[in-house]
Amino acid sequence: MHEMSLAEGVLQLAEDTARREKAQRIKLIVLEIGRLSSVEPEALSFCFEAVARGSMAQGAGLEIIDVPGAGWCMLCAETVPMQERYDACPSCGHPLEVTSGTEMRVREVEIE
Amino acid sequence: MCTVCGCGAGETKIDGEHEHTHAHEDGTVHSHAHDHGHSHEHHAEHGHHHHEHPVSADLDYGAGPARAHVPGMSQARMVQVEQDILSKNNSYATANRQWFNERGIFALNLVSAPGAGKTTLLVKTIELLKDKVAISVVEGDQQTSNDAERIRATGTPALQINTGKGCHLDGHMLGHAMQRLQPVDESLFLIENVGNLVCPAAFDLGEHHKVVILSVTEGEDKPLKYPDMFAAADIMLLNKCDLLPYLEFDADLAEANARRVNPDLSIFRVSASSGDGLSAWLDWVLSGLEAQRGKRSESVDALKRRVADLERQLAAK
Repeated sequence: MHEMSLAEGVLQLAEDTARREKAQRIKLIVLEIGRLSSVEPEALSFCFEAVARGSMAQGAGLEIIDVPGAGWCMLCAETVPMQERYDACPSCGHPLEVTSGTEMRVREVEIE
Repeated sequence: MCTVCGCGAGETKIDGEHEHTHAHEDGTVHSHAHDHGHSHEHHAEHGHHHHEHPVSADLDYGAGPARAHVPGMSQARMVQVEQDILSKNNSYATANRQWFNERGIFALNLVSAPGAGKTTLLVKTIELLKDKVAISVVEGDQQTSNDAERIRATGTPALQINTGKGCHLDGHMLGHAMQRLQPVDESLFLIENVGNLVCPAAFDLGEHHKVVILSVTEGEDKPLKYPDMFAAADIMLLNKCDLLPYLEFDADLAEANARRVNPDLSIFRVSASSGDGLSAWLDWVLSGLEAQRGKRSESVDALKRRVADLERQLAAK
């Protein structure tokens, strides 16, 4: 979905950070993308390379850390892995509250 | 343009006005052409070494050699950002929501696949409510101002946003639309998002609720195929229910699928064209607006008490 807008968001955050730090160039951007966030890492990398052209981040590496999905079952009082957003608790079938896997974050940037 | 969903930027128009919503300060150009020979390889020279050098979590302006990534070798350094990719959009959305709250305005963001009947539903809702409340409408579409014209025909102010290559409205576009429309205090503000069940789910506009519209001419499993949107919405309208006798659509199954994704979803079965079931939906809208007005008068009363209190303190001096 909308990977182009997200790539622009990533670039903006990285550039804001680089400017604040008075850096000349962005070398690497580390992202955390949850498996339940419906972001295609491949598409995001592709779009990022395109939007970064001519910017401080031209040619920068994009490292995407894959965050697995997890949810909390109120009845079992347990955190269980989730593959899909609508997964139910594997033990009792109760709906889960998503606790992890929806992240779309810029974790850190390497600048110089 | 994004090869995944056709989403791009820089072609947004708000009723004829050119708007570059994603312009970067350094003039980054979006009208790039993808060359087909490029690779997707990540830059191997960066490796994973940065994880071995934890740095301070805050953004320290006094960046010195101590924070150099490889001391004595390079000026490169890691800076922790820890920010949501959508944080910029979210800050616009938060400002929009605050603006609505200060004025007691109730804002709804209507989302659906193309053709689910958003505009017909809007027109019907407006016709049934316009004598009771002031309404303004923002229409999002890639091209044409057809929908805004349909709304204006009801006598309600409407603003068309053409997103060009974009596949969703965002908080920044909506902020501009609000300023242009200048909705009156304690009114109803309706946003018809671009017909798309994927991308608008992630972009908060500052609305109070997302209302997802599913029509019975679609599949019952749509909530499972596009779970993000049904998870993001608080209300689901099952539209075109007047056609149920002619279809094999299982409305109970569709509702069960939607609740599987979002157990808290409130669902109304309606038909925008026949008007069936609309009264429950309209009651919900009016009670939401009433709650917004109530909250506003509470905060106005609180401010008045605070002013009176401060005046007393001043008089005592």
